[in-house]
This record gives sequence, structure tokens and C-alpha cells, in this order.
Amino acid sequence: MKLITAIVKPFKLDDVKTALQGAGAVGITVSEARGFGRQGGHTETYRGTEYKIDFVPKVKMEIICDDGSVDAIVDAIKGAAHTGKIGDGKIWIVDVERMVRVRTGEEGVEAI
Amino acid sequence: MDINAGATAWVLISAGLVLFMTPGLAFFYAGMVRSKNVLGMLMQNVFAMGLISILWVFVGFSLAFGGTNRYIGNFDFAFLRGVVGDVTKAADLPGYAGTLVVPGLAFMAFQMMFAVITPALISGATADRLKFGSYAVFIGLWSVLVYSPVAHWVFSPTGWLFRRGALDFAGGSAIHINAGIAALVLTMVLGPRRGWMKEAMPPHNLPYTVLGMGILWFGWFGFNAGSALTADGLPAQALVNTHLAAAAAMLTWLLVERLMAKHATTLGAASGAVAGLVAITPCAGYVNSMSAVAIGAIAGIVCFLCLKLKFALKLDDSLDVIAVHLVGGLLGSLLLGFFGDKSATGFGTDGVFFGGGWGLLADQAVAAAAVIVFSGVVTWIIAFGIDKTIGLRVSVEDELVGLDQSQHAEAAYQS
Repeated sequence: MKLITAIVKPFKLDDVKTALQGAGAVGITVSEARGFGRQGGHTETYRGTEYKIDFVPKVKMEIICDDGSVDAIVDAIKGAAHTGKIGDGKIWIVDVERMVRVRTGEEGVEAI
Repeated sequence: MDINAGATAWVLISAGLVLFMTPGLAFFYAGMVRSKNVLGMLMQNVFAMGLISILWVFVGFSLAFGGTNRYIGNFDFAFLRGVVGDVTKAADLPGYAGTLVVPGLAFMAFQMMFAVITPALISGATADRLKFGSYAVFIGLWSVLVYSPVAHWVFSPTGWLFRRGALDFAGGSAIHINAGIAALVLTMVLGPRRGWMKEAMPPHNLPYTVLGMGILWFGWFGFNAGSALTADGLPAQALVNTHLAAAAAMLTWLLVERLMAKHATTLGAASGAVAGLVAITPCAGYVNSMSAVAIGAIAGIVCFLCLKLKFALKLDDSLDVIAVHLVGGLLGSLLLGFFGDKSATGFGTDGVFFGGGWGLLADQAVAAAAVIVFSGVVTWIIAFGIDKTIGLRVSVEDELVGLDQSQHAEAAYQS
């Protein structure tokens, strides 16, 4: 089992969700996030004065899947979130040691 | 004089329009503060509707419009004694010589709404750090000790500036210069917001600000056209002038902003419109329509450029009350000395551009200077007195946690 975490641009969320449903992801958890990577922040101007906004709004999504689905899901996110411009986001994958479904007590891949 | 039904209806409606400007101003300002100070800002504005209304009927109105002294009213109308009178007769206030055609209570109510919004204008300069109790004491004292006397000088026909020939149709000097200089002085005593110039403090909800601007613009028709106190061509000219100046100022502000700061912003559109409304206020019934366009256009440019003033003065005038109200009010009052055109409505005095010479401009300058000196000095005394006794500023912790939580134990947005 793997946990796939992706940071994408907020306006790409719907596209990514549609692509993920096609790629066989069973569930997605989404949270609003703010942050910066290599792009840095951006500037906003209020009444002629520029402000540097360090943390840019992003969407963070978390998906747990079985090992065999990882590539399809990563490809789906990569394809749907891509604009080619700086700030498109990141995807990373880590191992999941244990997973439990609260309602039934099922464990492992059964719980996904 | 008998009551004129049309004029009375218009003045009563205008009282409502001007009252609505205070919650409008509240939202205009509240959108520009950080999300932890929204309720603090809304509260400071709406609180004026409570406190100043009561003070006004107790003593404020009487000190502004009672008696024939040149410098201050008296207590003849305190607690509204003698204002009601015969309901079929128009007000017979000192100095008006029977020219008023609306009931005394209608006039009093209309003027009350001006008294309410004037101290509320100051709250934009002191955003995010003024203790609520101290604010309440400040605006109460300020309304009685500064607003009423200045309104007497400027609006009452017995006041010394009015007698001199200085013109102020709806409150360029009595309201905008007055509140603007008070904002400057109070900011001086109060000090800047913690972190000012070091950290970004961007507006948290610009849609509120645009909404507030819309309410202000709407209400300003009552503010300026209602000040005619009649229902004929004079308020029609004042209303058209008000609208045109706001429109022109929005356009020039956005143009300069686009050229100098690369983008035309919604905050710029809202700010520009308000700057135009401020500048046309003293001129509204005394200039022709095309002059109103010019006055608005000039205000949009000059007020935008004056945004830098607070950095030069090192004063954290948080929401630019100096650039918009002090500069806008000064500009309008002085430009009237150039654009005054008696042929527009039959009222007022000709200015430099309309063959009237420099006399009006001189009177306008005297009025502006007098208001700046008097309001500046008395505001400083009140602010200094409050600071040394109950303190003006919230504690560091209270400022960091925000006024909503520390002053009112509430949160604007539940998460």
C-alpha cells in the first residue's frame, strides 16, 4: 500500500478529480493549503504599495492505493495538473505500514 | 415660513441615505483590515450611530445650531427643547432668517447623520490597535468639542466662516478636512500598528470594500443633494455633480494606478470613487456639471499620489484617511475657489475661472486653515488626555490576537 500526496494548483482540482476517477482511485482527501516551492511567492499591489505574498494558495490531495495502481494514479495527476508554468506542484509517494477501516475493522488492502 | 412638502420629504429621505453611509463606511473599512480585526472595525463605525445620535440630541445639535455667537452655539436647543414647535411650520433657526422650508426636527435629524459619520471616518486611520473603550470616550468628546463648534462655524449662518463668505455645501471642511486632520493627529499620538512596514497587512476581504463603496456612493446623494434643504433644481445639480465627480475620480485613479503600479485594481476603483465623492462635497451645489467632472478627475490623481504621504510622515494612517479625506476635502474646498459658478444654480459665489476673482479662494483657504488648526489642536489635547489616563492602545497581546477577540470576545469567521 502506498500514500500518494500531491500539491496542485487550486483551479486544477476538478480536472485532477475527474482524471483520478478514471484511473481507479477509490477515495481522495483534499485540503486547502498554502506554501511555496522554487517559484517563491508573488506580489500583490494595494493602493500603489506592493506586498510580497510568500505563501501561495494550493490544494493538497492524499490518496491511498494498492501498489499496482500507483503508476496509473501518478500519471493521471501529472497529466491533469500540468500547465507547464512554474508552480504546477509536486507528487510524492510513501509506504503505508498499516491501514484500518473504522466501521468494520478490516485491515490492509481490504480497508482501502 | 410654511413647510414645503417636497423639500421635507427629500430631507427626511436624505437623512436615511446619510445614515446608511455609516454602515457603508464600516464595510468599506472592514474589508481592508486583517481578518482578526473585522468586527473591531465594524463596531467602531456602527457604535457611532448609537453614541453620537444621543449626544447630538442632548447637546450636539444645540452647540452647532443654537444662538447667534460666531464661534459656538448655545444650549437653547439642548435635549431638543424648542426644536419641535408647531408641526405645520418650518424651522426658524438663528441666522436662517426664515429661509428654511423644512420642519426643525427634519433639519435636526438630517444634520444628526452628518455628526454620526464624521468621527467614524477617523476610525480608518487607527485600525487594529485602538482600545474600544478609549475610542468611545474619544469620539464622544470629539463630537461635542470639535465637530459641533466647527459645524457651527461652517454650516450655521451665524458662524464666523459662513459670515466671512467661505462656502461648504455639504461638509468639505466641516467633515472631511475636520475628520482627516483628526485622523492624522490621533495616529501621531497612537503610534503605528505592530509590524507596520515590516510585514504585509493586505486587505482581507476586498468584496466588502467594494460593497461599502457602493453604499457610500448611494448614500452620498442624500449627503450632498439633501444639503440643498429644498426640492428643486439645486439638489438636482448637486446630485448630478456628486455622481459625475465620483465617476471621473474612479477613472483617473485607475488610469494613474495602471500607469504607475501596472494594474487597475478593485481597491483602486473603490478608493478613487470615494476620493471623488469627498472632493465634490463642498462644491456640490455651487459648480456646473463639467466642473464637477474636472474636480473629480483632479481628485482621483492627486489623492492617489498622496497615498505616499503617510510614508513620508512616518504615520501609520492604516486605511489612508489622510490621502482620501484630508487631501480630498482640502482639494474640494480650494478648487471651489476656482470652479465656483453662480450661474449653475443661482447659489454660491463665482470663483477664479468664472470671473469672481481671488476672493472666494482666499475665504476657502482661511476656512480650511482654521479647521486644520482648531481640530488638530483640540484632537491632540483629547487624544493625549485619554492616552495618559485610560490609555489609547490595546496591549501587545491584545493587538496580536486581534481586536475581535480581545475587545469583543467574538470571531467574524468560524472555522
